[in-house]
Amino acid sequence: MSNTVIRIENVSKQYRLGQVGTGSLGHDINRWWHTVRGKEDPYLQIGDVNDRTSKGVSDYVWALKDINFDVKQGDMLGIVGRNGAGKSTLLKILSRTTAPTTGSVKVKGRIASLLEVGTGFHPELSGRENVFLNGAILGMSKSEIRSKFDEIVAFSGVDRYIDTPVKRYSSGMYVRLAFAVAAHLESEILIVDEVLAVGDAEFQKKCLGKMNDVSSKEGRTVLFVSHNMLAMKQLCNIGMMMQNGLLKYEGPMNEVAEKYLVAGITKASEAVWDGANEPGNENISIKKVKAAALGKSSQDPIKTSDQILIEVEFENKQNDIDLDVTWDMFDVEMAHVFHIGTRVDDEKKITSGNYKVSFKIPANLLNNKRYSFNITFGIDQRYVAYRHEGILTIDVEDALQRQGASIHQYPGVIHPAFEWERKKLQNFNVGQPLLQ
Amino acid sequence: MNIAASAQVDTEVWDMEIQPKTGLFDLNLKEVWKYRDLMWLFVRRDFVASFKQTILGPLWHVIQPIMTTIMFLIVFGRIANIPTDGIPSAIFYMSGLTLWNYFSACLSGTSNTFLANSGIFGKVYFPRLVIPISTVLSNLVKLAIQFVLFFAIWTYYQYNGFAITLSWTWLLVPLLTIMMALMGLGIGIIISSLTTKYRDFSILIGFGIQILMYLTPIAYPLSYIDNPKYKMIIQANPLTPIIESLRFALFQTGELDVRGLLYSGVVIVVSLFFGLIIFNRVQKTFMDTV
Repeated sequence: MSNTVIRIENVSKQYRLGQVGTGSLGHDINRWWHTVRGKEDPYLQIGDVNDRTSKGVSDYVWALKDINFDVKQGDMLGIVGRNGAGKSTLLKILSRTTAPTTGSVKVKGRIASLLEVGTGFHPELSGRENVFLNGAILGMSKSEIRSKFDEIVAFSGVDRYIDTPVKRYSSGMYVRLAFAVAAHLESEILIVDEVLAVGDAEFQKKCLGKMNDVSSKEGRTVLFVSHNMLAMKQLCNIGMMMQNGLLKYEGPMNEVAEKYLVAGITKASEAVWDGANEPGNENISIKKVKAAALGKSSQDPIKTSDQILIEVEFENKQNDIDLDVTWDMFDVEMAHVFHIGTRVDDEKKITSGNYKVSFKIPANLLNNKRYSFNITFGIDQRYVAYRHEGILTIDVEDALQRQGASIHQYPGVIHPAFEWERKKLQNFNVGQPLLQ
Repeated sequence: MNIAASAQVDTEVWDMEIQPKTGLFDLNLKEVWKYRDLMWLFVRRDFVASFKQTILGPLWHVIQPIMTTIMFLIVFGRIANIPTDGIPSAIFYMSGLTLWNYFSACLSGTSNTFLANSGIFGKVYFPRLVIPISTVLSNLVKLAIQFVLFFAIWTYYQYNGFAITLSWTWLLVPLLTIMMALMGLGIGIIISSLTTKYRDFSILIGFGIQILMYLTPIAYPLSYIDNPKYKMIIQANPLTPIIESLRFALFQTGELDVRGLLYSGVVIVVSLFFGLIIFNRVQKTFMDTV
């Protein structure tokens, strides 16, 4: 309780959809009229849950609804959620670029945000001038920047270009310099939103390392938004998952990441659809998918020693097309394990009707973990006819695992059983040819 | 680390509270002062960046008023034949134009605060007032250049019989400049706050400035207006006493209109007061509607 640095209390944020025009003027006048008479804002009572895919009834949506959360000093908080879940809105409120509609946020210490790096960089100014400008925008004083200038330039690795206008920089260099400034901020709280999308692998690693230092060595608090679960799991100790503007789940980052990755994915290893709710479109509708150990039902556990049969039954609604089916498999960290596919018929174009396509994953290839599948139907091996993400999930269990023994997980995306050859060598001398 | 932290159990002192709305007079001007380095850098940026990749550079600040003065000389001097209170017409026009240009640059610059900077405002927080203030300050540099030009031309006229006489009244010039700056700032931030949601005002400001210029005695002296009705309209313009006083300060013509200046002062205070309140209110959520 004592070392809480951010306290988010009942924060909600309402947005109005559609365009600003005479319609919104009418609402503004009505709202003003209500406040004049000391009544509550009439538009605060309405508003849909923020689900971007469904068409709501109201012009108002809640981008955030009743968020309560405490962040402790030195925490590395990862915020996950799909697009439009409210992550960025929350960060915007924290970084004070917009105010909440209701509720309050209390903060101890300075907040610096990296909502997008390079904010305020002026293309015509040199790198040096921009470091000062950007630093000042982020809240540093001139003397502070001066004392850290060499460090910033060294970190960015663009010494050579420091007196060149930043409009001549490559986008990578631009980001490097911008991130370097921000990373050297002396703020107690750092907000980072998807900055690692650019920059090469070496620099990304450097950034992640720096963020780790900031949090663990300097005791500063970091709020991190990313879709890169791997980085999140490495960096963050706690996490929160947002969904449609609500705080869905909070806890240790590993658990949150797990929850996030399986959310929205068909949990079952078998699914059968009929009629109206069949996934599909005007080209394809999927009737059934199934994953099971070969010769067993999908209810039985899948062991690492089993061959796994993946099946799909679907209706092709077009005549005379060259259709193919492609499966993509991901592990829980969303690492792409494989992308494999086949034409439904290698020889000729197919007619409309129901088809079944299956393949087998060899035994002793996968690790004992959860994998999920996307399925894609293609035409002429060029156009996507239909794609369904997360249509199947399998949990592979370790075949060697004894009942009740603690679960051992091998690192790695897969855990194949390779052939080993082992023998003792006679008279082996390092560096000398073996002569009889 | 934990010892230090647990020492302050339950005291829970928060450095900052983010709330939907703040008090009407919670203007946070202290914070603006904390960001003075940024203000200075913006001033520098405005000045440096506006002449990158031009050959004449800051010389453009000189060419602009000369061209306008020549236009005035032709239109108001030669064609319309408007007298200039016994002051050489070039000097007369230029004195008024110099301060007017400063005002119009401040007004159009600050009235654009939210729209022009929405990109940066959407990403980082800093006191938004830093931007309009730095606009006013960076225009001060241009004003100084134009004043130098003005005195250079006056020096030329000195040899043609219009002497430069140093007087205590010159001390009024900085005061009048500050009044112009604050007036531009006050009206500018009101307009910038009004344009975040409905853009109508930003269209208005374009020709509004033009009209205002003709309502200000820049191309003519106030004494030239005979019709009392028109004279009242022009005197109702709070810029009129400032421009007239500038001429008094520089050339000691006529007398100082103290009542007029007080009137301008009241307008400045009122517009700044309301400007700051509206600006402060709008800056919190303008990103949602801009």
